[in-house]
Amino acid sequence: MPKTGSAPHPPALKVQDLTCARGSTVLLEGISFDVAPGEVLELRGPNGVGKTTLLRTLAGLQPPVCGHVVAADESMAYSAHADGIKATLSVRENLTFWAGVYRVARIDEAVRAFALEPLLERPAGQMSAGQKRRLGLARLLVTGRPIWLMDEPTVSLDGHARAQLVEVIKAHLAQGGSALISTHVDLGLQARHLDLTPFIAAQGSTDASFDGDWA
Amino acid sequence: MIRLIQRDLKLAVRAGGGFGLALAFFLIVVMLVPFGVGPQSDRLAPIAPGVLWIGALLACLLSLDRILHLDHEDGSLDLMATSPLPLEGLVLAKACAHWLTTGLPLSLVAPLFAVFLNLPLSAYAVLVLSLLVGTPALSVIGTFGAALTVGLRRGGLLMSLIVLPLYVPSLIFGADAVRRAAEDQSPATPLLLVAGISLASVALLPFATAMVLRANLR
Repeated sequence: MPKTGSAPHPPALKVQDLTCARGSTVLLEGISFDVAPGEVLELRGPNGVGKTTLLRTLAGLQPPVCGHVVAADESMAYSAHADGIKATLSVRENLTFWAGVYRVARIDEAVRAFALEPLLERPAGQMSAGQKRRLGLARLLVTGRPIWLMDEPTVSLDGHARAQLVEVIKAHLAQGGSALISTHVDLGLQARHLDLTPFIAAQGSTDASFDGDWA
Repeated sequence: MIRLIQRDLKLAVRAGGGFGLALAFFLIVVMLVPFGVGPQSDRLAPIAPGVLWIGALLACLLSLDRILHLDHEDGSLDLMATSPLPLEGLVLAKACAHWLTTGLPLSLVAPLFAVFLNLPLSAYAVLVLSLLVGTPALSVIGTFGAALTVGLRRGGLLMSLIVLPLYVPSLIFGADAVRRAAEDQSPATPLLLVAGISLASVALLPFATAMVLRANLR
């Protein structure tokens, strides 16, 4: 993957004419967009349009059919539908593990950002869906990576936690980070929107090709 | 990688049963044989090496589908694949943790179970040694099988069908080493072959496993 140039404000992420497929089904064609540092882009579109597929392609889990994704190496952190939480490990152990994987020394900031202090020693299996989601999102903070790819981050969050999430994203943007968020709710981030509907591939459809097995 | 091994060990100990299951299964397989073929010691002693190795092999197989399946289910496999950890390192760490929780304890308790089968005393040391150098191959080959079947529902049976034939060389030479020791011959050649299979698997298979996993995560 080529690195970004040294222009005054190079985009953190540049996508050119990208075609992405889930398995062997081409879902989206000809997507192009830029995301600058400090900017957030919200992906919109009906269920099954390919938001998750686009994010997985950007994260490198799925090779693009054609087109280019230009970003610095190891600059993206992916947050999926599933949070990757081990039920028998405590919140602290879960976060410390991911911090270790990304060679980040401290988890305090991530814990504070999502108000996880009272839950630190609790086994993750005993937490509610919303609490698990907060732990899953806190994982993004211990990656130390500038570009966040977030797949429906607000699922099962209550109003308060959603406000925490917005604060965390704003703080991340203020530090020069950027984010790509697929969401159906307005987070109030004054973000640019990208509707994926015009990019639906000719042979793909929305709900008909969705086998319910992507999460 | 070391963190991943530590996490997997922690999970194995806490997951309730995951750790002891292989040992209990090994014990039961070994105990069933005297019931099946009769308790006469002159009948049990010659088949003891083979039975012990088959028991260890089946016990190893039992926990294979946990290696990657659980991580796939809760999403951590996807997240680890996008982390700085190379996938080759990840699968090697997974195999290593599997060996530490199955292969190693199986090797250490094998002499205890060998008593039930009246294994000649001269073969005990070689039994432990052959299992110690042979079971790493079982874990690494097993991780390969787990990667092949990772996205499949009920992939466990399919995985057994793929993995068991690949276990045959380790089984032949491992059991042969113990048999030779039991008959007071030198077990060196089969022992070296078992160790060779393990070393080759550890060196080569993680690359194939990572490649398969990459394709399966799409």
